[in-house]
Amino acid sequence: MAQHIERPLSPHLSTYRLTLTMAMSVVHRGTGMVLYAGTLLLVWWLLATASGPAAYATFQGFIGSWFGRLVLFGYTFALVHHLLGGVRHLIWDLGYGFGPTEREWLTRAALIGSVSLTIVLWIIAFAAGGLR
Amino acid sequence: MSGPNSSMSSIRTPLARVRGLGSARSGTSDFWRQRVTAVAMIVLIIPVIVVVMMLLGRNHAAATQILGSPFVVIVMTLFTIASVWHMKIGMQVIIEDYVHDEKLKLALIIGNNFFSVAVALAAIYAILKLSFGV
Repeated sequence: MAQHIERPLSPHLSTYRLTLTMAMSVVHRGTGMVLYAGTLLLVWWLLATASGPAAYATFQGFIGSWFGRLVLFGYTFALVHHLLGGVRHLIWDLGYGFGPTEREWLTRAALIGSVSLTIVLWIIAFAAGGLR
Repeated sequence: MSGPNSSMSSIRTPLARVRGLGSARSGTSDFWRQRVTAVAMIVLIIPVIVVVMMLLGRNHAAATQILGSPFVVIVMTLFTIASVWHMKIGMQVIIEDYVHDEKLKLALIIGNNFFSVAVALAAIYAILKLSFGV
């Protein structure tokens, strides 16, 4: 068996000062995992609608409850945050926005944008749903 | 770099170098597909949000009618394919980053594949069933 060799390691997370870009990167991965689990909600919604009125009513009952709304609100925020964070990553992938001011600006825009857009979407949702 | 002995500096064959697929034989395909599916979803999320907004507060009959219309079926199917593909690659990266036990890593990667395929199949089955009438 190969014996353990002490090789140089890259500095660990705790070595670095916490920055906004780092925090947003961690949150991006977190929201990705939340959305992964959230697909079960999407599948439930589609299967319930395809199954019939009884299954659809059960799903609507869950979504209409305060817990269901809380889950859906969290899901909306995770989706919007991951979306805007993803756009930011695509901009970086193309080679733009790496300057010290641009990268901070982009990160703040993604954070403020995701909070605002989530609230706007819920206002539209209440307006659209409330009219029916 | 180049010279009469350049082919001796690497044990890789010239064909392998040209293909650029590396030891796992898939090269950067996951990296690329992660971005292609991301761009697809940036476009598709707009009609998907509109569909969800249209469904709020609707009864079952109205919901099946909206979800079963051809445009909605195509948009929802494309969104399902893009999102499941995207999340499968993303979760595999997370597993490879944090799980270092070889057997557990393998089991989780297989489980990730199973979960993703099951989610995609269930969603697409439901969408198609709605399009052909409940």
